Amino acid sequence: MTTEELTNLKADKSVDARGTSCPGPLLAAKKAMGEINSGQILEILSADEGTKKDIPKWATKKKHNYLGTLEESGYFKIYVKKG
Amino acid sequence: MSDTAEQRLEKLEKKFEELEGSRKDQLTMVVMSDDLDKMLAAFIIAVGAAAMDTKVKMFFTFWAISALRKEHVKQAKGKDLTAKMFGTMLPKGLKQLKLSKMNMEGIGKHMIKGIMKHNNVSSLDELLATAGELGVDIDICTMSMDLMGFKKEEMVDYPNLGYAGVATFLADAGESSMQLFI
Repeated sequence: MTTEELTNLKADKSVDARGTSCPGPLLAAKKAMGEINSGQILEILSADEGTKKDIPKWATKKKHNYLGTLEESGYFKIYVKKG
Repeated sequence: MSDTAEQRLEKLEKKFEELEGSRKDQLTMVVMSDDLDKMLAAFIIAVGAAAMDTKVKMFFTFWAISALRKEHVKQAKGKDLTAKMFGTMLPKGLKQLKLSKMNMEGIGKHMIKGIMKHNNVSSLDELLATAGELGVDIDICTMSMDLMGFKKEEMVDYPNLGYAGVATFLADAGESSMQLFI
């Protein structure tokens, strides 16, 4: 997805994991994913740079659809569609 | 007479099924070290894997076992001199582990704990609790326990704690897609 598309994306659920470090954001994502339905979109906020690479790997394994990442100042917004 | 193409395909399919089922989405780990840094690595990998829905089995052996002792507990009765010595000199629980480098009589350890807190890295106690919630299995090597004279009542309360020998580890490792030694 392009940056513009991501910016206009409406997430069904957002989880703020900026107060945690690896593997905190992954745990937060796993938990939040259990609370939404297939086809819905999850937004993960993380201040840990590694999460940017981790979430797509996790999404591939769990058959979710990684949509993209937006860089904000000091953190990242990562979008995943539940598979 | 040689096999027909169909027969060969059938054989291949059978073999493929066997191979596919032989390795589970499972991580088996030997945890041998009682270094704080290595223990941290072991638990971060274990919790991370569990978060990715991989089954995790940790085998605690030798020095690492002392890290699973309760912090404030009197030594169990009926120990001989060597067992008492091990019991006194080895760390009691996760909080007492030392860094493998730059420990500097505990100064380095306290510095790293401060940095971890600042960087929002979970403490070992928190990681152990999370591992428990996520269903990570921990087995303690009974042979090592006997060597050091540790008793079951000295071990932490952990939901999926078990006691086992090398065959359990080997069987679990054999069916795992990942194996680590830390």
